[in-house]
Amino acid sequence: MEMKSGSNLEKVLTAGHFAFTGELGPPRGTDAGEVRKKAAHLKGMVDAVNITDNQTAVVRMSSWAASIIILQEGLEPNYQMVCRDRNRLAMQSDILGAYAHGIRNMLCLSGDHQKFGDHPQAKGVFDIDSMQLIGMVKCMRDEGKFLGGTEIGHPPKIFIGAAANPFADPFEWRVHRLAKKIKAGVDFIQTQCIYNMDKFREWIKQSNDMGLTEKVFILAGVTPMKSVGMAKYMKNNVPGMDVPDELIKRLQGVDKKMQADEGIKIACEQIEEFKELKGVAGVHLMAIEWEHKVPEIAERAKMLPRPVV
Amino acid sequence: MIVAKRKPFNEIKSLLKDYKKVLNVGCGTCVAVCLAGGEKEVAVLNAELDMARKLEDNPVEMGAITVERQCDREYLEALDSLVNGYDALLSMACGAGIQFLAERYPEKPVLPAVDTTFIGVNQGVGWYEERCRSCSSCVLGLTGGICPVTMCAKGLYNGPCGGTNKGNCEIDKNQPCAWYMIYERLKAQNRLDCILEITPPSDWQNQIPRTVIQPGYKKPEKV
Ligand code: SF4
Ligand code: SF4
Repeated sequence: MEMKSGSNLEKVLTAGHFAFTGELGPPRGTDAGEVRKKAAHLKGMVDAVNITDNQTAVVRMSSWAASIIILQEGLEPNYQMVCRDRNRLAMQSDILGAYAHGIRNMLCLSGDHQKFGDHPQAKGVFDIDSMQLIGMVKCMRDEGKFLGGTEIGHPPKIFIGAAANPFADPFEWRVHRLAKKIKAGVDFIQTQCIYNMDKFREWIKQSNDMGLTEKVFILAGVTPMKSVGMAKYMKNNVPGMDVPDELIKRLQGVDKKMQADEGIKIACEQIEEFKELKGVAGVHLMAIEWEHKVPEIAERAKMLPRPVV
Repeated sequence: MIVAKRKPFNEIKSLLKDYKKVLNVGCGTCVAVCLAGGEKEVAVLNAELDMARKLEDNPVEMGAITVERQCDREYLEALDSLVNGYDALLSMACGAGIQFLAERYPEKPVLPAVDTTFIGVNQGVGWYEERCRSCSSCVLGLTGGICPVTMCAKGLYNGPCGGTNKGNCEIDKNQPCAWYMIYERLKAQNRLDCILEITPPSDWQNQIPRTVIQPGYKKPEKV
């Protein structure tokens, strides 16, 4: 079967394996060693690693640069790109450069508003939005053309990803938004962290009913809770996050020292369910600043060994 | 209308510090309606400047005139006989009016007394809200009459983003999410099909100074 990009993630998903992706936040400085150290925890544990792009609008090492470092370490990056910081010229040139260095997966995002970050005075670019970014990368790959219409020498063959938040309002619109992203040309979706399983089941059912899960690979987003404090913070302060009270109660029900363990237990139970849930093609594990726990989570969630394709 | 707000007093004062005779030119249209630069505001600012400069032992003579529209040549004529008597002109019009004044009297320093802020609506006395960024390719027909360029914090053409929070924007609990409103309005009108299609990237026509010549008109050779 002809591959769109030939990335490991694409091969794993196309072969019908239950995919497992991780996440790595680049450092707020120039220490490549920091990236390598985090990468070491993830090696062999996941099929690809998302490299965040100035996440929460805070300046960090550029995501393509950190992607190259993890490539050197023998991991496969999923290069994240937000619309907040670059116009279409910069985006396309970064994509060419990233591809030339061996980057094969991309995640197309709008990006958190600059107001949240360390440079709230910055001008948000938003020249194009995430939907249009998906379309642009697809046009570069499939038509071999820049957005402006001219031909690309050796077009970049990128496996195109995007995010979906099944929990943000209006809920009824979320599945249509997914359909729009598919129409724009997305190959895989990584969802927002899932805590409200009922709502997620409903969203995936709608996606199944509309035939969308046959057209796109959906990776369910999982972030284990480290503590009751984190759960409460996510519930109250992170826009678009849906944390049910029962989950907070369950964490409160165990000894403080055991809350992190309980968080991992909950995450593993979720992953077990996702493996059986029709329409879910894998899990995206966002263990924020908890990379060293990924081997344990992968083990406990019975995600090992990762398929070699 | 165009909404402006008066600059901080000390900034205006410092712009004028080297001039002894200044003509303050108000504008009777947008900035008068939004209470920033009409006849009344000209009088108030002049009184403040007069007092402050006296206290500093550096008196200034402030003249006052408010024209119907500073962005219209027709109304600027009234100033021609006056400006020579002054060292500088202070304008309380929007940025366009200020520039038109500066263009007409290129030998005179023309200084702004207001910060031009947005194209907006009058929500109540003294309360104005932005509504349009004059993008030159209006999509209101698709978006239920709600501007995504202005009202969405990310200017998304295919929203809402994942940050929309119970109907509010991720940037602020008190700022309604434009795309949530767009969805609600189109749903109520049974027109959700308007936003099922992908809106392609904007042509961003507002990156260079624009000129409009209406059909049937020509730009004259000489003005
Ligand atoms: S889309 Fe918005 S910014 Fe553009 S012309 Fe219409 S109202 Fe103005
Ligand atoms: S929450 Fe709504 S208004 Fe705010 S950036 Fe997202 S789509 Fe735009």
